[in-house]
Amino acid sequence: MKRQEAIETVLRLLTNELVIHCNGMVSREAFNTLDRPENFYMIGSMGLTASLALGVALARPDRKVMAFDGDGGVLMNLGTLAEVGSIKPKNLFHLCFDNGVYGSTGNQPTLARTVDLDQMARSAGYRIVERVNEKTALEKAVKTLREKDGPVFLLIKVVPEEKYETAGRVTLSPEEIRDRFMAAVGRQA
Amino acid sequence: MMKSVEFVELLERQGFNFFAGVPDSILKGVVSCLLERRENYYLSAVREDDALGMACGAYMAGRKPAVLMQNSGLGTSLNALTSLYLIYKTPCLLIISWRGHGGVDAPEHLVMGEVCTKILETIDIPYRVFSSERAEEDIQWAAETMSGQKLPVALMIKKGILV
Repeated sequence: MKRQEAIETVLRLLTNELVIHCNGMVSREAFNTLDRPENFYMIGSMGLTASLALGVALARPDRKVMAFDGDGGVLMNLGTLAEVGSIKPKNLFHLCFDNGVYGSTGNQPTLARTVDLDQMARSAGYRIVERVNEKTALEKAVKTLREKDGPVFLLIKVVPEEKYETAGRVTLSPEEIRDRFMAAVGRQA
Repeated sequence: MMKSVEFVELLERQGFNFFAGVPDSILKGVVSCLLERRENYYLSAVREDDALGMACGAYMAGRKPAVLMQNSGLGTSLNALTSLYLIYKTPCLLIISWRGHGGVDAPEHLVMGEVCTKILETIDIPYRVFSSERAEEDIQWAAETMSGQKLPVALMIKKGILV
């Protein structure tokens, strides 16, 4: 399973969940696959996806909040796992699309090739931790897990693209992304 | 000099209702006060940029955030400020303790003590050096400026001002 297929699979199952997308290819592929007002595309600030999602989740405990992270992003701010695991927000769902490389800069390997991020999330105190590597299992996991109390960490193993990735950039301005997302947050659950 | 609890009450009067940060000795009274308020009122962040990430999320979900940090954390925060806050134009109050002010502190604080306000000026973040004599005015200025300009705004806190 490639990352784009995994992202599309999850997005198609969502209703009004708020999603913070990490910088790089995750934001670009989500934007080009299934753009929705509940998507916040974090185009910079690598490493802060789960921090942003945590802030949203704590401010709006009545809404389900997801972080679409990458392995590079999780590794950049591993301490955030400890924070989520200790605060334990029930409405936070942390999905990590792990392809083992920094895709938008030329497929340089990440340390996720030797470090199990799901084990780290488990040690950090996430209530539910699962790992999937194919589409049917991913669909089943998302359908099941979103009905559970979080925090959930779902490690989605995907295979990297062979060639340098070229998915189009997010064409909304940062302020448009912000305003649209804030309006979506304001809607009743 | 003013009591930390009075400082916190002034923040609350301006509507601040989401706090995250990494502590410093200069801010220990403020952090203690916030921790005593209620669970998850002050979030203990692992890094200052992580605190800024949480605060940005909380802002977009309707809160009015403040982030507490030592000025060393301004270095850690630079990318969050420039590639998140300053491009998405989101407000946040930065309560920054000014270690190394006037060149009097442990060696690790001297360089940042010298340059921290220059860094804020370079990235166009408005700031004031907080004065307990005009505490209410400073906090009101910060709240109005950040909301009006949709920018992070900093209050620099020198040693001995908050007890």
